[in-house]
Amino acid sequence: MEGLTLSDAEQKYYSDLFSYCDIESTKKVVVNGRVLELFRAAQLPNDVVLQIMELCGATRLGYFGRSQFYIALKLVAVAQSGFPLRVESINTVKDLPLPRFVASKNEQESRHAASYSSDSENQGSYSGVIPPPPGRGQVKKGSVSHDTVQPRTSADAQEPASPVVSPQQSPPTSPHTWRKHSRHPSGGNSERPLAGPGPFWSPFGEAQSGSSAGDAVWSGHSPPPPQENWDQTTVRTVASATTAIEIRRQSSSYDDPWKITDEQRQYYVNQFKTIQPDLNGFIPGSAAKEFFTKSKLPILELSHIWELSDFDKDGALTLDEFCAAFHLVVARKNGYDLPEKLPESLMPKLIDLEDSADVGDQPGEVGYSGSPAEAPPSKSPSMPSLNQTWPELNQSSEDTAIVHPVPIRMTPSKIHMQEMELKRTGSDHTNPTSPLLVKPSDLSEENKINSSVKFASGNTVDGYSSSDSFTSDPEQIGSNVTRQRSHSGTSPDNTAPPPPPPRPQPSHSRSSSLDMNRTFTVTTGQQQAGVVAHPPAVPPRPQPSQAPGPAVHRPVDADGLITHTSTSPQQIPEQPNFADFSQFEVFAASNVNEEQDDEAEKHPEVLPAEKASDPASSLRVAKTDSKTEEKTAASAPANVSKGTTPLAPPPKPVRRRLKSEDELRPEVDEHTQKTGVLAAVLASQPSIPRSVGKDKKAIQASIRRNKETNTVLARLNSELQQQLKDVLEERISLEVQLEQLRPFSHL
Amino acid sequence: MAVCIAVIAKENYPLYIRSTPTENKLKFHYMVHTSLDVVDEKISAMGKALVDQRELYLGLLYPTEDYKVYLSGQGVCQGGPTVARCTLGSDNLKPLRRKKKEMFRKLHNSYTDVMCNPFYNPGDRIQSSRAFDNMVTSMMIQVC
Repeated sequence: MEGLTLSDAEQKYYSDLFSYCDIESTKKVVVNGRVLELFRAAQLPNDVVLQIMELCGATRLGYFGRSQFYIALKLVAVAQSGFPLRVESINTVKDLPLPRFVASKNEQESRHAASYSSDSENQGSYSGVIPPPPGRGQVKKGSVSHDTVQPRTSADAQEPASPVVSPQQSPPTSPHTWRKHSRHPSGGNSERPLAGPGPFWSPFGEAQSGSSAGDAVWSGHSPPPPQENWDQTTVRTVASATTAIEIRRQSSSYDDPWKITDEQRQYYVNQFKTIQPDLNGFIPGSAAKEFFTKSKLPILELSHIWELSDFDKDGALTLDEFCAAFHLVVARKNGYDLPEKLPESLMPKLIDLEDSADVGDQPGEVGYSGSPAEAPPSKSPSMPSLNQTWPELNQSSEDTAIVHPVPIRMTPSKIHMQEMELKRTGSDHTNPTSPLLVKPSDLSEENKINSSVKFASGNTVDGYSSSDSFTSDPEQIGSNVTRQRSHSGTSPDNTAPPPPPPRPQPSHSRSSSLDMNRTFTVTTGQQQAGVVAHPPAVPPRPQPSQAPGPAVHRPVDADGLITHTSTSPQQIPEQPNFADFSQFEVFAASNVNEEQDDEAEKHPEVLPAEKASDPASSLRVAKTDSKTEEKTAASAPANVSKGTTPLAPPPKPVRRRLKSEDELRPEVDEHTQKTGVLAAVLASQPSIPRSVGKDKKAIQASIRRNKETNTVLARLNSELQQQLKDVLEERISLEVQLEQLRPFSHL
Repeated sequence: MAVCIAVIAKENYPLYIRSTPTENKLKFHYMVHTSLDVVDEKISAMGKALVDQRELYLGLLYPTEDYKVYLSGQGVCQGGPTVARCTLGSDNLKPLRRKKKEMFRKLHNSYTDVMCNPFYNPGDRIQSSRAFDNMVTSMMIQVC
């Protein structure tokens, strides 16, 4: 089946008809019965109808996909125009009037058809001018016909194609609007009124251009009665959304019963305000219950309405949910039956569309443009998806402590996480069970913390039996999850997105020494290695001292390791710059090769544990050209991104001696210091000017600082231990209380 | 494989009970009721410590064998007023533990949804929630 190219009007018309026939709102397949009715209404002989069906492939496929439907419609138009029915004719016959469907039931369509045809007359001249799109529509249709699953996507593809198809005809806004509007009917139920609004809008748009452009042409056709309604003077290009609103007002008779008109919407909003002045806030369940009970509907029905309208299942109603609920109440009172599931037009606004002028209808469009499961991240879809994902999450980690779906960052340091957690839950001396809630909610609100980390933190908390709370019991998780649901249900609305978790990564390259500063000030329990990372050993000192050879330096360095204070830490902040410069210099100056291993040795040495001797030894061992070594060393820090200490000395051979000393010094320092001390040191480092003469003093000062940080950390540690004990005691007491209360519950 | 699903209130009356129509309903009801004792027993046996969430899922309550039908029940204690029960019957292997847990989690979630409905009075029969019904239906059908 070759592809089908449709003009703009045809596209719209067909799409509307498709939605009309799409009773089950499948958006893919049209009900055969409806289609047959339609064809019968086309007043074509039966055999023609059969031929059409066969040509379009429906008989082959057994159903009417979108492409089949469109092709069939085109063939109907062909047949009605008297052309022979052939596959080629669908594309070759230009200026084809839209298929006309006549029947009392289809009078709307006939009217629309008339209007469409009148439009198509207008546009027929256009379309005659415009060459069929270069196979775009064909391609899309063709692909659709091949893949029956694609009709919807092809429809999507078509719609974007349609604005492209006739760019000359209409400003892009109109087809754009039309596209969105057509979404609504195609996505909504297939009630008759639906067909109305759909073709309504587009012919409205068309009518405007048509009315403005070619009234004379219309005289040739019987002006459709609704046209009077359509004779609005708003220009299509102007606020196409407002045109939709006006249409909606006019076409109230064609309304989808579930669409909320503006007056209704306004009324609902006012009612909402009486309960909850803040339009972005919630109506709690109890208030809503009272309110809706006043409507004197049976509780069963109210319960069902609530079930439908509380989209995120949080026990409270947002403005949209409230409007939906109110609308359902109104509908019910007027005799409409409640739907099985929430109609799309009532779904709460999932995302803000561009033309938010469409007030009440946005939900519909949104609902179509992305079913809740598919919609871009927003409140409602996130909720059901969260609900859905929780079981999976829980399943996937039966033995992990995923207490909350909020992701948690993995950190290499358990201590760090412990610190963070204890800090965040703070003096959270609540009972052990509530930490399950509090902690997750705290964490969710503050951090995105991985469950595994929390698990780790639970483990790290010595003896804290609440680590049991982080056990892998999925039921516990489930209940947490269910309880969390309300939290997370509201949190997206109430709170801003939780701030991104702090970067606990101890691995910082030299250039991020500032980050490390921040990190270290935040956290206290980092691995020494990580902390060690901070002072990239290279003291970028503008060494005037041109030391002799590397060999000299190394031994000196090695010796000076332990004795020297760290001037390099002072100079660390400047290292990055230096490293770069020196790199260049070194590169220019010498070759790069050998010392790579040296660096490699150095870095791993420095990183992990207190191996002060090793670097020294490695330095000693690595006696090679100082220049190259320095350079590579320098390059290493610049390049190494594993946040450990890029110990490479600055490449400048000149500074090598002191530099290496400094490098080694920091190594020693790092090894010997506690983490927090390093933080303090880091903090102080940037302020230390690098000057050769003040080495000793600087070193001593840094030593002092390190000691201070040491003590600070030790104190902090003890405090935290104390906190831990307190919390444990509380937990025990609460459990005792629980136990006391328990027997009563068994009665 | 769930042939019978029941939600029992704290006062030991069913808030919701449904079984596959093929089997004898009364038998199931009896079984659910007697399994309440097992639930109580298990809860008390759990001891002081872990309450609430941790013992939500009690696991296999009691295996009985009837004809070729294995009956097993899992209880979920919500630490208070309600117990949800799901009686599974199967001719063959027991369903995976994970699947069961998942079922119970779904059950629990749906139950929470019902609870959230302000028009639902705790203690009422859960007859109003179509979502709950659908969920139960899916559980009863899927596993069979």
